[in-house]
Amino acid sequence: MDLYEYQAKELFAAHDVPTILGAVVTDAQAAKAAAEKVGKPVVVKAQVKAGGRGKAGGVKFAPTADEAGEKAADILGLDIKGHIVGKVLVVEAADIESEYYVSFLLDRTNRCFLAMASVEGGMEIEEVAETKPEALAKVLIDPLVGVDLDKAKEIVLEAKFPAELVDKVADVLVKLWETFVSEDATLVEVNPLVLDPSGKILALDGKVSLDENADFRHPEHAALVDDSATDPLEVKAKEKGLNYVKLSGEVGIIGNGAGLVMSTLDVVAYAGEEFGGVKPANFLDIGGGASAQVMADGLEIILGDPEVKSVFVNVFGGITSCDAVANGIVQALEMLSADGTVITKPLVCRLDGNNADEGRRILDEAEHDVIELVDTMDDAARRVAELAAAAS
Amino acid sequence: MAIFLNENSRVLVQGMTGSEGMKHTNRMIASGTNIVAGVNPRKAGESVEVQGQSIPVYGTVAEAMAATGADVSVVFVPPAFTKAAVVEAIEASIPLCVVITEGVPVHDTAYFYALAAQSATTRIIGPNCPGLISPDKSNAGIIPATIAKSGRIGLVSKSGTLTYQMMYELRDIGFSTAVGIGGDPIIGTTHIDCLQAFQDDPETDAIVMIGEIGGDAEERAAAYIKENITKPVVGYVAGFTAPEGKTMGHAGAIVSGSSGTAAAKQEALEAVGVKVGKTPSETARLMREVIEAL
Repeated sequence: MDLYEYQAKELFAAHDVPTILGAVVTDAQAAKAAAEKVGKPVVVKAQVKAGGRGKAGGVKFAPTADEAGEKAADILGLDIKGHIVGKVLVVEAADIESEYYVSFLLDRTNRCFLAMASVEGGMEIEEVAETKPEALAKVLIDPLVGVDLDKAKEIVLEAKFPAELVDKVADVLVKLWETFVSEDATLVEVNPLVLDPSGKILALDGKVSLDENADFRHPEHAALVDDSATDPLEVKAKEKGLNYVKLSGEVGIIGNGAGLVMSTLDVVAYAGEEFGGVKPANFLDIGGGASAQVMADGLEIILGDPEVKSVFVNVFGGITSCDAVANGIVQALEMLSADGTVITKPLVCRLDGNNADEGRRILDEAEHDVIELVDTMDDAARRVAELAAAAS
Repeated sequence: MAIFLNENSRVLVQGMTGSEGMKHTNRMIASGTNIVAGVNPRKAGESVEVQGQSIPVYGTVAEAMAATGADVSVVFVPPAFTKAAVVEAIEASIPLCVVITEGVPVHDTAYFYALAAQSATTRIIGPNCPGLISPDKSNAGIIPATIAKSGRIGLVSKSGTLTYQMMYELRDIGFSTAVGIGGDPIIGTTHIDCLQAFQDDPETDAIVMIGEIGGDAEERAAAYIKENITKPVVGYVAGFTAPEGKTMGHAGAIVSGSSGTAAAKQEALEAVGVKVGKTPSETARLMREVIEAL
């Protein structure tokens, strides 16, 4: 889960990383009031989970409270890389002597953690990495050892920070590492980390991604979830414990196993090329069990998507046998009908693997109008794309 | 032969007495696996009847190994306890530890992977994986043993169900070993480890490698194939239609910016002469052609 800047900085503050918090508001009036409370020039910053806010006009300096209100009005509602700005952070404008960059992240390639630091702060770090790679220090972190003051100094020296700042920046790095570990983050990034004229080091911006697999030991992270910008079908699916991602096509997809479902999306997209560019409407992995209830929940979500014209149920019976899956499909349709859902969209089903013949027999005998059985994944993908195209 | 797991493997199960552990211990025994022990500190000294066999339960992995000569552990314990279980297995120096559990925090995996690498005595497979099977010899994990017989193909895959699908399509040819390495951002055994093991395995004549979006494991595997692998490799990559920034089921399956895309992975594999199928069935057909040409 990616956090907003203000949430990231609240976590920083909780771990004694020096930062300026400010106030989060959702309208211009409140922005003005927040700026009045600060009593000094402020910066109004769009809170969106996307980079490049500055370039997109999402970060503005406001010398007075009135201007803070005006800038907030400009920024609220902006579309930044597909994210509509719904809230802004009003924060005291810091005096900046120098800007730096520091981060800790998961290093998948080396299967450990990575520290990155640069004295070229303020600009996008991908740009630094590309144009001035020598200015970006990368230091591998051993997960068994972590980052103590000595390791932090090594990172700071590697990045060639000025000698008089080494101790101060290293101290901040140790606290950031504590944030990274104790919050189960996969990324903590500060850009810029600044030096102010009084000699203080401050985290002026913050980016944090949290590992959702660790939610069980962080019940407090639930309060950081913000579904206001999430697709309503995704929110509903999450409530039902389904692994669903909304896409923008016409063919609803249900399958078991993440890899098989990803593969199903691809196969449908290829088949769709023959039928005017029909595309998959979603990712939905109902897992190994595929019980009637889960199947019904999944179908309900997918049939609730007005863009869906046809549905592909693609199941490989591994641990679960296909007869159980077939019974699940039949029962799921009965459950939905009992709830008053009228199902008219065609359901193309492909069952393979463990006890597939019995599964197909069950679906055949159910003689359900909307169910169409196809033997192979490729043929089923072609058929479901054809049906979606015909209904569009 | 086969890789990592064979008819001589002596398997213990951590978390055997839980519902998943019990279900799959049953299945593993039914498919001929030599299950020698369970581990559960609260049930030490008891034994569990499974399929007419009495499986003793020990308090620790070390005790179980000492008493039974176990050399493989399969871990079914819940995510909150997985780190402790795997650390225990590593400290007992078990040669192979297969972590089936899905939902392990990545900080925990980073820790136990580093510990295993440092100890240099334990290979970890997973987490978030279906385990591995050397058909007709042994089965450590949850891959259905009835899909395919033993044969000449080696398979390595990030995905469980695509492993099953591919085994099913090529069931008449059969597999030396099929390894599900798991879909998490950090995993103990990579495509590269399996490719080298299959290269060294006289019973494996050709290799199917299944990848998916996220990270650069497939690109690295491609570079490795070029330098080190002489047996034919056929590839498949899932996730061409995955949008940027969305996790597709597996914690590690995410395209970040322009990195981790299926297209880049396919390109890297094809650049070193690996034939990459557009669909699972085309991949199976390519493998069939490879086997026929051998």
